Amino acid sequence: MTHSSWAYLSNYLVYSAMGVYTLAFFAHAYETAWAVRAPQGQVDEHTEGGLLVKTLDYTRTEKAGRIATAFMILGFLLLFAGVVSRGISAGRVPWGNMYEFSITGALAFTGAYLFALRKYDLRWLGLPISIFVLLILGTAITVLYRPSAPLVPALKSYWLVIHVSAAIISGGVFLLANTIAAAYLYLDSMEQKGERKEWAKRLPSLEVLDQLSYRLVAFVFPLWTFAVMAGAIWAEHAWGRYWGWDPKETWAFITWVSYAAYLHARVTVGWRGRKAAWLCLFAGSTFLFNYVYINIWGTGKHTYSGL
Amino acid sequence: MSKQSDLPELGLVSLLRFAWRQLTSMRTALILLLLLGVASVPGSLIPQRPQNPMKVQDYFANNPTLAAWMNRFSLFDVYGSPWFSAIYILLFISLIGCVLPRTFDHLKASRALPPITPANLDRMEFFQTWQGEGSELAQAKKWLKEKHFRIREFEGSISAEKGYLRETGNLFFHLALILILIGVSLGALFGMKGEAIVNVGDRFTNTPTTYDSLSYGKLFRDQSLPPFVIIVDDFQAKYDPATNAPQDYTLKVTVVDKPGAPKVKRIIKVNSPLGFGSTNVYLQANGYSPVVTVRDKTGAIVLRGPIPFLPQDANLTSIGAIKVPDSTPQLGFVASFLPTAARDKVRGGISIYPEALDPRLLFSVWKGNLGLDTGIPQSVYRIDTSKMTKIGLESLMVGQTFTFAEGSIRFDGIEQWVNLQIVRDPGKMYSLVGGILAILGLLGSLFTRRRRIWIRSTGDGKVEVAGLSKSGAPGLENEIALLVANLKKDGK
Repeated sequence: MTHSSWAYLSNYLVYSAMGVYTLAFFAHAYETAWAVRAPQGQVDEHTEGGLLVKTLDYTRTEKAGRIATAFMILGFLLLFAGVVSRGISAGRVPWGNMYEFSITGALAFTGAYLFALRKYDLRWLGLPISIFVLLILGTAITVLYRPSAPLVPALKSYWLVIHVSAAIISGGVFLLANTIAAAYLYLDSMEQKGERKEWAKRLPSLEVLDQLSYRLVAFVFPLWTFAVMAGAIWAEHAWGRYWGWDPKETWAFITWVSYAAYLHARVTVGWRGRKAAWLCLFAGSTFLFNYVYINIWGTGKHTYSGL
Repeated sequence: MSKQSDLPELGLVSLLRFAWRQLTSMRTALILLLLLGVASVPGSLIPQRPQNPMKVQDYFANNPTLAAWMNRFSLFDVYGSPWFSAIYILLFISLIGCVLPRTFDHLKASRALPPITPANLDRMEFFQTWQGEGSELAQAKKWLKEKHFRIREFEGSISAEKGYLRETGNLFFHLALILILIGVSLGALFGMKGEAIVNVGDRFTNTPTTYDSLSYGKLFRDQSLPPFVIIVDDFQAKYDPATNAPQDYTLKVTVVDKPGAPKVKRIIKVNSPLGFGSTNVYLQANGYSPVVTVRDKTGAIVLRGPIPFLPQDANLTSIGAIKVPDSTPQLGFVASFLPTAARDKVRGGISIYPEALDPRLLFSVWKGNLGLDTGIPQSVYRIDTSKMTKIGLESLMVGQTFTFAEGSIRFDGIEQWVNLQIVRDPGKMYSLVGGILAILGLLGSLFTRRRRIWIRSTGDGKVEVAGLSKSGAPGLENEIALLVANLKKDGK
């Protein structure tokens, strides 16, 4: 296969992944929508042995949920193949411009979700996550798309693989922690007004959400630290200084400091619940700001968006 | 002052102690940490002098009043400003004040034995009890030893603890941050950074006078410049014909480490600098130097040689100034160089490809006073034409000559120049070691659970097991379940 046919293949795979994520979104939406209309008690496991209709209803939504997860996995695999073939088409790792960062970021985000899904009951998160991933991929393919091309000399280094992969994986997990923190705040305000709405009753308790977003951040914080330091080492190789307060570096530092504050607030000061969730969201938004604003409108040495 | 000395001695001491306690409290540290993040923001949005002095100049030109006020608050050099320094110095003092006492406590604790088995184990977490066989304590001791628990034996019970690495890692992480700061300070005090534009074919000798710009730390001495010589033999830039994007820069040099040393051929690339001890030489930028010969009215040569031009875009449309101070009257050429010339309706003459495929030198000729003796430093790429008059306008291809009233100029050819950045940073190894230790410490601290397990064999043959997870982390329940399963299985 020639380089350009690999590039075409990559595009088709990304489009197919978007199609499959859309199906995942509808399957999740169906699962949730059904729960809204369900009279109370039907979702309860104890009715399994009850009337035929009730049991049927329960299995139907369970099936929709399972199908949704299957679509998420299929979307992940297609996107993975899309990212890999993009790399093959350019003869390098697929991290040379913002289009490629975005499709890999969407991959890392879904990956983080599917990874966490193995251990925690997170299927309900599939709905917001499929929307986010579709938004990221949609923006990538319409606004950020650039033809596959070789790397500029500044990016030709094995540090690209180390630094960017660490940063993208961290970003994926940060986004997941953010989504959970946002869900926490939403459900918390719902509970403060009264009890949870019908569809939200299946979601985990506030305590579980609170713990989970903390655990994700604590898990990935060392990786983010590593990503920043690998970037510093690379900067020393390429630009002659390991830290120069380039806007990208500055915001990576701000993100690091914010998450460090979040971890301290939880572990040593004992912040829980709303306060912690807001701080988590704040820290995550500095990461997003760095990715979107600094990449596109910022000045400095990290101008690899290709825009 | 007089009022303060009236204060009783104890008052001052307790005041200081109060201030110290406030500073080293976790709440203050947290506020300082967040403040450090917030304080970093303006520097990423406002142009900064160390990174981009030209943009700062533009800012001053566009908003003089606002810029003057911003300058008062060091907003054009945020990361070197007193208030930014104040935040991180306070943060590090607070950090030291917090970490040092904890280090001593931890050293003591790491020699101490696990605590006495509590009287009522059923008040602890994951309490279990069953009728034992009698061998459980010995069996539990073996199991806990295998799992590297620290064990303390009592009459009829065992107290075990594990996970000291959590605090060790935590302390290592914070101490490593101090090491990074030390590395940064050493680099700032003893380091140097300079840039020099060198035409291909020319040589660079590492002495202060050969630099175009040079800055060094307060404690750096000129003698510390290693006496190397670099001869720029060849520079190759490869571009992608489809996108005009650069693909590769290769700089071939001949290096002499010190006078008398053998000549060595070396290659410098963007991601592989040339090293001389803690001094590195980087390939930072490149551009074109048109070679010109300027003659006066009599035909005598008043200027000859390559003049470095400054690239303005990705296709290396470059601007430059050819200054001839030795002719009478003084001559100046406000020029631009186009490696592959084309015309643009809005911008006029531009380059459409970065390689010199169809080079053109465009210029206007000025005569009068170049203003070089005013003492105000001038850009080598621009001419102050306020005391000059324009006497001509021309565009030349290589080999062509333009003759004007005061003389002539011939466009002889093109050379390339490279911008070498020479950096010495004796602190970077400390920062690197600090960084590695910080990550290791972080891993130890975030992935270790500190927990205690107790086993008691009561008088009536019952076995009791319970635990306590100090960091609230999960997993202890499983661990105790495993222990209990092990004890029950082996008891049979």
